[in-house]
Amino acid sequence: MSTRATDVAAAADRNGRFRSTFRNRASRARSRQARLPWLFLAPALLLLGLFTFWPVLWGGYLAFTEYNFLTPPRWVGLANFEDLLDDPVFFISLKNSLLYLLIVPAIQLGAIVLAVLVNNALPGIKLFRAAFYVPVVTSVSVVGIMWGWMYNEQGLINAVLQWLHVINDPIGWLSDDRLALFSLMLVTLWRGLGWYMVLYLAALQAIPSDLEEAAVLDGASRWQRFWQITIPMIMPTILLCTVLSTLAAMKVLEEVLIMTKGGPVSSTYTGLYYAYDQGIRAFNFPRALAASLVVSVFCLAIAWLNFRFLRPRHR
Amino acid sequence: MALGNGSNARVIEGGLRARANAAPEHRTPSAKRRSMAPRHRLRIALHYAVLLLIGLVCVFPFLWTLSVALGTEGNVFAFPSSLIPHAVSLANFIEVFRVIDLGRYFWNSIWITFWTVVWTILVCALAAYPLARYRFRGRKLVFAVILATLMLPTEVNFLVNFITTTQLRLVNTHLGVILPTVAGAIGIFMMKTAFEEIPQDLLDAARVDGASELHIFFRIMLPLALPQIGALTILTTVTTWNNFLWPSVVLTKSDLMPLAVGILELSGTFGSSTRVIAAGAVLTIAPALIVFFFTQRFFMRGMEGAIK
Repeated sequence: MSTRATDVAAAADRNGRFRSTFRNRASRARSRQARLPWLFLAPALLLLGLFTFWPVLWGGYLAFTEYNFLTPPRWVGLANFEDLLDDPVFFISLKNSLLYLLIVPAIQLGAIVLAVLVNNALPGIKLFRAAFYVPVVTSVSVVGIMWGWMYNEQGLINAVLQWLHVINDPIGWLSDDRLALFSLMLVTLWRGLGWYMVLYLAALQAIPSDLEEAAVLDGASRWQRFWQITIPMIMPTILLCTVLSTLAAMKVLEEVLIMTKGGPVSSTYTGLYYAYDQGIRAFNFPRALAASLVVSVFCLAIAWLNFRFLRPRHR
Repeated sequence: MALGNGSNARVIEGGLRARANAAPEHRTPSAKRRSMAPRHRLRIALHYAVLLLIGLVCVFPFLWTLSVALGTEGNVFAFPSSLIPHAVSLANFIEVFRVIDLGRYFWNSIWITFWTVVWTILVCALAAYPLARYRFRGRKLVFAVILATLMLPTEVNFLVNFITTTQLRLVNTHLGVILPTVAGAIGIFMMKTAFEEIPQDLLDAARVDGASELHIFFRIMLPLALPQIGALTILTTVTTWNNFLWPSVVLTKSDLMPLAVGILELSGTFGSSTRVIAAGAVLTIAPALIVFFFTQRFFMRGMEGAIK
């Protein structure tokens, strides 16, 4: 009886101990289980934090400070923005960044037309698609060098135009301060067309073919089908691409840096080139960051406008 | 009044005639097709003509650069004579290695691209694994944080990143070029969709056999995600090879520069001829273009494959 009681007690004890060790092990396993995802995520989160989020936060703060690398930043309020208002080059930069938006409709229209042209199974169509995409996979530095030759006063474009007797005297595509910005815009257009074409091509191929066939049976013309079916069906892509290319146009930098460095007579400064010039060349980081903050605010506003006016309305 | 009536009548009459003309066509489709054939052919010819014209505009600068690089004499800007080199020679391609240390640039590009690809795949895959396969607290938040990076104004990050790399003493190092580009939302999402497709049974079986999570990651997840790893490798290779702005900010020493940055040094070098620069330009873009031509479908899928 007593032995049985001790047996039972021992068993209970053992059971309890067993249960408690089990619980311990389980909870340890559970906490390890809880830590594990974070260990896997750690490198990416660390790098994203350091090189993607930190610049936005710290950059936003530095724009309101005086900072010279050596001493800690000192809060100066809006002083950097007041400096920007006093700098005529900054106004030129903003004006040019807004002018650059002219390429948005051109690039979208061009990309849609290209996508429609290559959305078929004609022999050799893949070769054409590749040809249109080649500028996208070319380094911007080589693009700049090549277009520098194209635009040279003795360069190819003038040679062709003179050969065709369109012009008599060579045009200073990059040396004329009234023309240089538009020459750069053309390069941006040339570089971007293929990229947007691919996005539109994907959208076109996602249109169900029975929709098109039904319209053909109803006797709709090519033109009607394009406006009544194609355009409404790719509207979400048009919205996406318009926003993307608007933001890209506002943030043009590399073309300017490589081809004109803002010249002639600061006629091709863009918002971000101004920031680059102030920061990386002149080491005036607070002013550079203030300028880039202004550009970012413009971008937000324009993206918002795009969404407002291009979003398909519910009827 | 009479005039109005008359024009109305004419419109109606015209409409009737049009319908009457259209009717027989519907009844005899073969006849219609026969009559359409030449027009159809004309339309296709026109289609090709437009494609050729636009294609020419897209590739003209490349063709001209190649022709200048291969030629040796004559005015490089003369049109149309400069489009076809008189005597093809590789002299400019040899000369460019003499004028600048192109071999060094080439090696730097390969080195930077290789390590960027390795680290990108490792970091993105590691991050994607728990996002695809674990339910843990904070998962949604992490997801939102990564998605947010696509919306942040990251184009201006190079300014603060330059300050950060300076403070980490990574200026003028290849690590400084590589690190900031490694973790990216698109890479993480690509790997996440890859991992989500792997059947759960495989993981359960491995866990029953006592495999550790790292073992599962390296021995099961990564090998089964090889197609997507391949796609990410190709896209990262081309992007890194072509990358210009960030390397040009971090690297000021010429002997550390990749091709995309070094080629501008060449074009700034006093006395280097257009033909030599053209040869350098051809060598700079050739690797990326070759990769592109053999793996077009990964690029033609656009962003949708990555973002979906």
